[in-house]
Amino acid sequence: MNQSQSDRPGRGDMPAPGGLPPASSVGSAGFPGSLIGYDAARASGAGRSGSPEARAVPLVQLRGIRKSFGDLLVNDGVDLTLLPGEVHALLGENGAGKTTLMRILYGLTRPDGGVIEIAGAARTIASPGDAIGAGIGMVTQHFSLVGRMTVTDNLLLSRAGAGRLDRRAGRRMVAAAAERIGVHVDPDAVVEKLSVGEQQRVEILKALSRDCRVLILDEPTAVLVPQDVAALFASIRLLTAQGIGVLFISHKLGEVSEISDRVSVLRRGRIIDTVPTAGATPARLAEMMVGRPTVGVRRDDRDAAGGTELADAAPPSAPPKDVLSVRGLRLAGRGKEALAGVTLSVAPGEIVGVAGVSGNGQTELVQVLCGLAKPTAGTVTVNGIDVTGADPEKVIAAGLGRITEDRHACVVGKLTVAQNLVMEDLPRFRRGPFLDRTAIRAHAERLIEEFSIKAKPDDPISTLSGGNMQKVLLARTLARDPVALVVSQPTRGLDIGATEFVHRQLLARRAAGAAVLLVSEDLEELLALADRIVVIYEGALVGELPAAGADIERLGLMMAGQSAQSGAAA
Amino acid sequence: MSMRLVLRGREPRWLAPVLVLVAVVIVYLLTAGPIRGAGANPQAAYQRYIVTPLTQTTSLTEVVLAAIPILFTGLAVAVAFRSGYWNIGAEGQFLAGAIGATAPGLYLPNLPGPLAIPLALVAGALAGVLWSLVPALLRTRYRIDEVVTTLLLNPVALLLVQGLLNGPWRNSTSGFPVSNNLGAGYRMPLAIPGSRVHLGVVIAAVLAIAIWLVMSRTATGLRARAVGLSPDAARFSGISVRKTLLRSALISGAIAGLGGADQVLGVGHKLSQEVSSSYGYTGIVVATLGALTAGGVVLVALLLGDITVGAQNASLVLQLPPQMGEIVSSLLMLAVISMLVLRRYKVSWRRDRSGALAAADAPGGGGAAGPPGPPGSVSAAQSHDPASALPSMTASTAAPDSVSRAVSPPASAADIASPGAPSSSKTPLEQQLSTPDATVGTPGEEETV
Amino acid sequence: MTIAYLALLTAMLTTATPLVLAALGEVITERAGILNLGIEGTMYVGAFTGFLGAELFGSAWWGLLIAIVAGVLAGLLMAVLTVTLGVNQHVAGIGTTLLLIAACDFTSRLKYGGGTLPQIPKFGQLFADVPVASQFLLTYVTFLVIVPAAWYALRATGMGLKLGAVGENPEAADAAGISVARVRYAALAIGGALMAMGGAFLSLAMLGSFTLNITNGRGWVAIALVIFARWRVWPAVAGGLLFAAVDALQLQLVVTPEFAAVPREVMIALPYLVVIIALAVSGRNLRYPGAYLQPYRRT
Repeated sequence: MNQSQSDRPGRGDMPAPGGLPPASSVGSAGFPGSLIGYDAARASGAGRSGSPEARAVPLVQLRGIRKSFGDLLVNDGVDLTLLPGEVHALLGENGAGKTTLMRILYGLTRPDGGVIEIAGAARTIASPGDAIGAGIGMVTQHFSLVGRMTVTDNLLLSRAGAGRLDRRAGRRMVAAAAERIGVHVDPDAVVEKLSVGEQQRVEILKALSRDCRVLILDEPTAVLVPQDVAALFASIRLLTAQGIGVLFISHKLGEVSEISDRVSVLRRGRIIDTVPTAGATPARLAEMMVGRPTVGVRRDDRDAAGGTELADAAPPSAPPKDVLSVRGLRLAGRGKEALAGVTLSVAPGEIVGVAGVSGNGQTELVQVLCGLAKPTAGTVTVNGIDVTGADPEKVIAAGLGRITEDRHACVVGKLTVAQNLVMEDLPRFRRGPFLDRTAIRAHAERLIEEFSIKAKPDDPISTLSGGNMQKVLLARTLARDPVALVVSQPTRGLDIGATEFVHRQLLARRAAGAAVLLVSEDLEELLALADRIVVIYEGALVGELPAAGADIERLGLMMAGQSAQSGAAA
Repeated sequence: MSMRLVLRGREPRWLAPVLVLVAVVIVYLLTAGPIRGAGANPQAAYQRYIVTPLTQTTSLTEVVLAAIPILFTGLAVAVAFRSGYWNIGAEGQFLAGAIGATAPGLYLPNLPGPLAIPLALVAGALAGVLWSLVPALLRTRYRIDEVVTTLLLNPVALLLVQGLLNGPWRNSTSGFPVSNNLGAGYRMPLAIPGSRVHLGVVIAAVLAIAIWLVMSRTATGLRARAVGLSPDAARFSGISVRKTLLRSALISGAIAGLGGADQVLGVGHKLSQEVSSSYGYTGIVVATLGALTAGGVVLVALLLGDITVGAQNASLVLQLPPQMGEIVSSLLMLAVISMLVLRRYKVSWRRDRSGALAAADAPGGGGAAGPPGPPGSVSAAQSHDPASALPSMTASTAAPDSVSRAVSPPASAADIASPGAPSSSKTPLEQQLSTPDATVGTPGEEETV
Repeated sequence: MTIAYLALLTAMLTTATPLVLAALGEVITERAGILNLGIEGTMYVGAFTGFLGAELFGSAWWGLLIAIVAGVLAGLLMAVLTVTLGVNQHVAGIGTTLLLIAACDFTSRLKYGGGTLPQIPKFGQLFADVPVASQFLLTYVTFLVIVPAAWYALRATGMGLKLGAVGENPEAADAAGISVARVRYAALAIGGALMAMGGAFLSLAMLGSFTLNITNGRGWVAIALVIFARWRVWPAVAGGLLFAAVDALQLQLVVTPEFAAVPREVMIALPYLVVIIALAVSGRNLRYPGAYLQPYRRT
């Protein structure tokens, strides 16, 4: 029934189901009416009697939303309309601006410009309180639940006074809201003991108990197992039948095709197009989402790789021994297995790219490789040395260089650039019992020069920009001349110059014979640098293809969880 | 008018010294009342506290003498705090050290000085290590909070001293709960002839230099600092956090124990219940005020020694109870750390022309910073307040240490608004100017302090 | 060797009262995420101002009232430091304790010189002739009113819910419209009042006067009890009773011939050691409140 409505977006004349409650009447302090603020008659009216032909007042209308962080334009004049009873998917790669847009709608981020209309009237949403008052609810990947409390208590939290808690009414509230999404939730269950899927349901119940008419789901399936996804979709369908509009953020094509009525594709802060889901093939959506790669530094760009002839030298006749080798790596995760048996190997002089949408196990893979997490099964060898579950110290000693996605967790902010540069290598800079400060300084100055870091050796590293901090980390790692490198999101947040610099360094390492595992959510980066690309999806590698002449469409489909075959078919 | 704290990006260099001065003024103002109440002139009292002891050689040496024990405990606490180990048990370790030094002095009374003194000092240091061992192991093995265990062992150490003095070590001639005098070889030589200043001051000075060298010049020190500043980053760089903590805890205990031993050998020449007058706790004040650096500890120990001698003087001359010295030192610590917290923030006063509402309580505002305000349930009217601060926080673009966040793609834009890492170099006014017309109400008036 | 069990029980309940009050206060502040190491100083202030009030107004009740007010103020001082300013809680707590103890000793010295302090009107015991039941009214109030009330408030009221949320996940509490700062201020004020009551019990009920070092580390014991009890009310009471039982036992053992050889101080230290051992056994890998030691600022 959703499909029938959504095929004709904008032309349904469903009356706005009771309209959104007038903003002024719904202060966040009090929720008039029934405990859950849900009027059954109103909702069923929306779901059943609404004629698709009737004209609907949009629940939400965004016009020309602009937002930039510094020089980075994140939302560039975004228009978006959400109708009652529809699931409107917002599709885009990481960094396309989806989350920022939704944060703006929920009052967590203030836009630089643009108008938000709720039920036809312009509103200022300056805080989550405003958003809740306007009937908007949001469920993010990071739940704001108190883990040690029960489901009921979490729902009561926002409305409790000082006196006795009416937990019986609270339980009824939970039950009533649960009924609306067609699930059973034990009101007395302690939230942290619930599965992630169940916790997500509690978040939805919270939003519903505050009488939301618009539900924003920010990548709701990122943390869910397939069964939970199915249950979530069933719940979403029930909600839309009650006239609630759902904004569904995702980058998984399969899900978007399955659940949404309309899709808006966001790329680089702009809406590329808004189309009815029924008419859009996954292949078409993937192309809109990924766009065509434009390439800065490339693998085959010899000058860029430091002018070395080795850059694309033919592989030695004997197949090289794998320097970095991972076998059957498993890691327990939150709700589901974070790594479900990853096997890969990287040869000397090779860059293997790991593509995938964030949250599919990349972070955990890198953590295990870096010695920050102990795997539940599998082995890791570096240069023939078994470093499975070893401490960072041993991993470094084995010759692995590491760049992780969280720069700030790798540097001691208050220590200087020079100190951070030698932190992994202190024994080398000893003179007698003391640190050789002259040598450290010289070392730092050399690296600062070599990596064109804009800083002095004595600057606290926390004062550096992201690009310079990344260069420091790169310099620290490469100065040890590692035989293998694990590099995760090396250019996230960097400007073009720094990005190119990092790319050149990685290529130079490859040319020098290092084995490089490059984890990135930036497809262009992978295509430009990697020799082959493996795709990680839900903690497992689901495909591999050579980077040269890689079919982006196919890559996109694999990343979105479509198998290679079905992707090819589409 | 309402106050809120806005994070600033980079602090100006002059700020910290100025804030410390402000703290000193605050301490003066807060203590002036009680001093007056005690019938003294505050100005005269402070003259006695700070200046008088420095004007005469005798009192000057007394200042040094008073500084010695808190120099030891201050260094002990600084070493532990530096690596993130919250040793609140320097008091107990100090007492244990006193016991440790007394034992050989009672049982091997005839040892000559060159043997006796080192033996007693080592015994004291070992006793301090022993006293800090259990909390340290509980912390590093089982993650049991060292604060509680080190604290609890303080009264136990005092009871142990009392038990020994009432039992086996009771004075054999007077019968009082004071030990016999230690053997003659256990008398610490004087450092300044004609005064009471003993060689302990040299030991403490050497220790301070050694700690400074280790902390600033060696790999061990750098590792310890890294662990204290950022355990995660230290671990990433291959540093064993557990080993570092254990080492710091035990060294801290050794230093405090050494202080206790030194006090027995240098001042009392016997063990008494009063061997420590809260030196371990004062060590926390010394270390904190000394910014956990060896040099700072030396300076602050001398300052507090000055105040202690001055307070005794004032109690004689002005009839001002000597506890005022402790009031001044603890108040000074609280005032200084409070002021230095402000260093990272700008205080902005806001007056809304519309007479609307304090920004501090709009969600995303600096609400938690101010005194408790109305609960965060925000009415529509409040939402128009231009200064509801979350958006202005997210506008942090130019702060040097936040650039990486600010320019990262929106995937990490959430970081900017996520708790724990905000930073803004813009003044609130700039932030207001950067908010769009569409959503800005009447701009408030601001003065930034 | 005979142990006078009834006397033991009687002494245990009396000795436990200040500990239980202080531990309850600390349970409340720590549940809100604040480690209040000012507890020792706050108890001391309670003992001293209680004494002072009783002396000035000639009534132990006045003393208690003034002690409670002083405790609230001490809690608010901690609140300004740790909630508003976000100062390191260890340092703020120790500083507060040092300051409050010094201030009390200063005042005491100023008012009474170095000599012994006068006796004050102290609380009388109810049922003076009945074993075990012969206790101070405050002991009855503590065990029969305050403890159950605290348990109920933490478990079944909106206040308790908010307190827990603020200590566990301040972001979520904030998102639910709860003022984190306000709840923490309230927790520290109420906690301070309870700690000060515990201190006042020492001077107004047990001693009938005031001496230097009257609290003698009881605040630290209370902190240990809170962790031992994993921030729950009844286990904290049980821990307080355990400490008091060991304490009462050692008082009896000291006068028992079999134990004559054991130094008294070893006996006094016994309860402290028992608490440390209990902590070592039960406290491994404890889960602290989620926001323990964390100042909260909206971003």
